[in-house]
Amino acid sequence: MNMLHTVNKSPFENSSVTSCISMCAKDNSILFIEDAVISVMKATKFTEMIESSLKDFNMYALKPDLEARGLSLDNVIEGVKIVGYEEFVDLTTEHDSVQSWL
Amino acid sequence: MKLGILINEGPYQHQASDTALQYVKAAIEKGHEIYRVFFYNDGVNNATRLATPPQDDRNITKEWSALAKNHGIDLVVCVAAAQRRGILDKGEAERNGKDSDNIEEGFRISGLGQLVEAGIQSDRLITFGD
Repeated sequence: MNMLHTVNKSPFENSSVTSCISMCAKDNSILFIEDAVISVMKATKFTEMIESSLKDFNMYALKPDLEARGLSLDNVIEGVKIVGYEEFVDLTTEHDSVQSWL
Repeated sequence: MKLGILINEGPYQHQASDTALQYVKAAIEKGHEIYRVFFYNDGVNNATRLATPPQDDRNITKEWSALAKNHGIDLVVCVAAAQRRGILDKGEAERNGKDSDNIEEGFRISGLGQLVEAGIQSDRLITFGD
């Protein structure tokens, strides 16, 4: 099943991001929103995990949430797609179902 | 596509209802149908018209209400969650012997069955919470 996972918590705060990545089926998509957008920054202790997961999942980060937190788009890990709310809507309709990791 | 939305958080604790609002606006813009927005748990705090945020603050209750008015979106507040948090419409206020109601225009109070129905009738159900 082609599922979209949304995660909204920073990996420094709880285990939602790591749980999502470990439970997520191959070729599923993960959208990082709200505080979770910090997951896709370069040079953090989670960078390697995200980079190595990119071969298995499509990864997206919500641009307005990156910007609201002062996170530079230049520092986003290569391969992670930066999207707006419009693409957020497209992702939810293009996938068969949506799982919110709360 | 028909989209159902579940909101579990109020406007002043988490970003969830802001994200949901922006998502719903984008979905309408793209021509999708919002089948229903269901407010559950602390999400019912989005529905009080008595909230008076400063004028330079976003007023999310008014924004939801405007969406309901302009696009005919069904905004449903869970009755059990609402009663615990003092969110009442006229009927509930009378039934519980309260001196006033506080629900914003465009919202209505109903039961959890409305969430189940939204899950069945919508092509996607998207949850926004903590």
